[in-house]
Amino acid sequence: MGLQITVNLNGKPVTDFIDPDTTLYQFLREHYCYSVKCGCDTSNCGLCTVLFDGRPILSCSCLAARADGHEVYTLEGLQEEAKEFIGFIAEQGAEQCGFCNPGYVVNIIALLRENPDPTDEEIKEYLAGNLCRCSGYEGQLRGIRNFLNSRKG
Amino acid sequence: MKTEELKVVNKSVKKIQGESLLLGKPAFTDDVAPSDALTVKLLKSPYANAIIKTINTSIAKKVPGVVDIYTWEDVPKNRFTTNGLTYPEPSAYDRLILDRHLRFIGDPVAIIVAETEKIALKAMKLIKVTYDVLEPVIDFRKAKDNKVIVHPEEDWSVPFDTHTSSKGATLGADQKRNLVASGVHSDGDVDSVFKTCDVVLERTYSMKAVSQTPMENYTTYTKIDKMGNLKVLSSTQVIFHCRRILAKALGIPVSKLHVERPRIGGGFGAKGSVVSEIYPAFATLKTGCPCKMVYTRKESMTIGSPRHATDVTVRIGAMNDGTIRAIDLYTLLNAGAYSEQTFTVALLVGHKSIPLYTANLEAYRFAFEAVYTNLESSGAYRGYGATQGTFAVETIVNELADKLGIDPVEIRNKNMVREGMLMKSYDDVEMANACALDRCMEHCKKMFNWDEKYPVRDMGSGRVRTAGVAMSVQGSGIPGRDIGGATLKALEDGTFSLTIGVADLGTGSDTILAQMVAECMECDIDRIQVYDPGTDFSPYDSGSYASAGTYVTGQATVTACEKLKKILRFTGAEAFDCNLADVTYAKGYVECKKNNLRMSVSDLVYKSQNDFLHPLQVTEQYTAHISPPPYMVGMVEIELDKATGHVEILDYCAVVDCGTPINPALCRIQTEGGLAQAIGHTLTENVTYTEAGQIMESSLMQYKIPTRLDVGKMRVEFESSYEPTGPFGAKSIGEITINTPAPAIVQAIHRATGVWHRDLPVTPEKIVMSTKEKN
Repeated sequence: MGLQITVNLNGKPVTDFIDPDTTLYQFLREHYCYSVKCGCDTSNCGLCTVLFDGRPILSCSCLAARADGHEVYTLEGLQEEAKEFIGFIAEQGAEQCGFCNPGYVVNIIALLRENPDPTDEEIKEYLAGNLCRCSGYEGQLRGIRNFLNSRKG
Repeated sequence: MKTEELKVVNKSVKKIQGESLLLGKPAFTDDVAPSDALTVKLLKSPYANAIIKTINTSIAKKVPGVVDIYTWEDVPKNRFTTNGLTYPEPSAYDRLILDRHLRFIGDPVAIIVAETEKIALKAMKLIKVTYDVLEPVIDFRKAKDNKVIVHPEEDWSVPFDTHTSSKGATLGADQKRNLVASGVHSDGDVDSVFKTCDVVLERTYSMKAVSQTPMENYTTYTKIDKMGNLKVLSSTQVIFHCRRILAKALGIPVSKLHVERPRIGGGFGAKGSVVSEIYPAFATLKTGCPCKMVYTRKESMTIGSPRHATDVTVRIGAMNDGTIRAIDLYTLLNAGAYSEQTFTVALLVGHKSIPLYTANLEAYRFAFEAVYTNLESSGAYRGYGATQGTFAVETIVNELADKLGIDPVEIRNKNMVREGMLMKSYDDVEMANACALDRCMEHCKKMFNWDEKYPVRDMGSGRVRTAGVAMSVQGSGIPGRDIGGATLKALEDGTFSLTIGVADLGTGSDTILAQMVAECMECDIDRIQVYDPGTDFSPYDSGSYASAGTYVTGQATVTACEKLKKILRFTGAEAFDCNLADVTYAKGYVECKKNNLRMSVSDLVYKSQNDFLHPLQVTEQYTAHISPPPYMVGMVEIELDKATGHVEILDYCAVVDCGTPINPALCRIQTEGGLAQAIGHTLTENVTYTEAGQIMESSLMQYKIPTRLDVGKMRVEFESSYEPTGPFGAKSIGEITINTPAPAIVQAIHRATGVWHRDLPVTPEKIVMSTKEKN
């Protein structure tokens, strides 16, 4: 039977029985949050980033049981907020293969909630844990910068 | 067509599917594979060289939820290669799905099929194996003629050597000597030219077995479809080669297999070999059930297909004024446990580096040897041998310039290949038809501000700033052996669909091919649909490797467009009852000016369906007999901290000649990505082994790929040449971008410290220790 948990997932309560050693990453994929990706198993790549009570965490390194009674947002639940800026990244072609995108897009959302007008250095530091092997990172930075500049009008 | 007249090509249009990827929509194999699959896991060898004495799976099979477990006794006995190149693959057939003889730490011992991963892992611990442990050969410098023979088996063979289509070429392999490939190519007499040179330098440069590290690990889903055929959904760069290789390994007809690829989460060559597909495919054939295998990062990094660890010894002969007259290059590559893509990688070490110095070159010699060892098998990685060759040749030229007291930009201007020169050292000898390398250098020098940044500048507190430079050349597809394919259809709504066999690894190949269709058919790019490839509905295409997408598949696409336009005009002529010569196609309409009649593509499609005038769909294939090289110049400014050995990349300037950039934004991103990967293999990505042959850097915790804090500022611009045989004058860009950082950064480090680091990566420890030794 396992352990019963209730997670507020993307704004809706989800109740399920889990094995105690289920990670939040596994739980989320099992609940159709396919944006959440696994790239490393060692908490290094940032692909599995989700918002846990509003804070960005690595879902591969968090037990699903810990999310019981908490609020978790994946990119599936953050579409409108993401749509505000992803077009600027797409303009640079900086999505490249796309596999690392959900992790850093969620982390950009976290960054902008915390710091609506970050400097380039602050952006790089905040996103340093989000690895990307395709783009060389510069295009992602240009995209975010163009978005921030567009907001300033 | 002149580039200024282009409407869609040569424009930075957004990538197809780009925004949907950024929104995290399901697109990758593990997202779209049905959830009904059994889990496949591998028990792997703990020894680098061992024979399985006994293997007992009876207890493991009793674990509830275990479906079956397979060992060497259960698999077909036909040897094959996982090399994802055109048949006959330039490889030895030296693999079995599971072999009793284990040849590296990680070589699969058993395939476990279970309901869940947890059950599979539990069963794995209960498999009892006894091994006859043999002495391994770990050091590739000692592998040739070693008493340990990696492949002693009697059924080892090289079909390539005897196949008629290989045109008499041979790999130069010899299993008794651990030789995977060997050969000598030359022009002129290097030894006699060296005798009359003012200076002859000889140096050896080494590069490690670095990992491609695409963010998506190897992932495959397999099932038996409703026709009873084996369907494979996989993150592969080579659907057709994958189908052929699986058929050979499994001993089933090609017609009983269908391979599709969803979006791929990065490849860089890693997925150009059939690395993971074979295990779930075999499990599905045996169980009849859908199966899925997702490699862990550790598996991707220890039983994948990394770059060949390579030594390159170069001798260069020059005059005191910097004239480079002869290059003699010998390279030794580590193939690892299996032959794989070794012969072709070896060829590029010399053939994609020496041609840079064509201008005054009187003679060259290029000799290569590649050896088996008891380490992870090497494969394809962006750059493909050219990376190692460029590191060696460009660094020795920098060493030569230093010795002669000549500016490294000037020595290159004096010797570089220029348009119209015959590159005798390039594969099958090729004319530099379109070459803007000279303009790239001039442009880069100005953009970078070379004259100010090259001098060593003391910034105080032990920090120094200085710069380095390198050039590069690559190819555009494999001439004569690779085929691009495109099927173009006109649809009822007046749009066009493009079906291809090439895989978009994130490169944007879907988008640039759609741009070509939009340009040819004179419509917006959003009127072009591009479909994910599958072996049963895509036209044959060799696949996404060798920087072939733009040039080879691009040309097939353009040809298909021209043919479809002709059929549209033909259909119009019959509908209008007028001469074909009077009918024109423009912007989605055919028109007969004489009769003042006009018909849309949509109407023509319906007309064609009703009257069956002509089918409005075309399949075209294209193969090139040349491989026009792109060129590139890279310049780097670093700040080096002498106390800590830390190297910070301040500014990387690159100017690329990829012919006409089909999509400048995507070309720029491709370049930046290649530079970042190379900054990794130059400074941080290390691979070391225990004496027993275990890879130490098997996770992203230990294997340090660059983060966004490590890459510095990158500036990329283009100097276009016009390649007459390419689509809209285009050449390739995918691979060349990874070659310049290693030599440029190593030169800058020498400027800062006085030490030439000839072994990559140049870690802070190495910098500090070598500076101490020097003082």
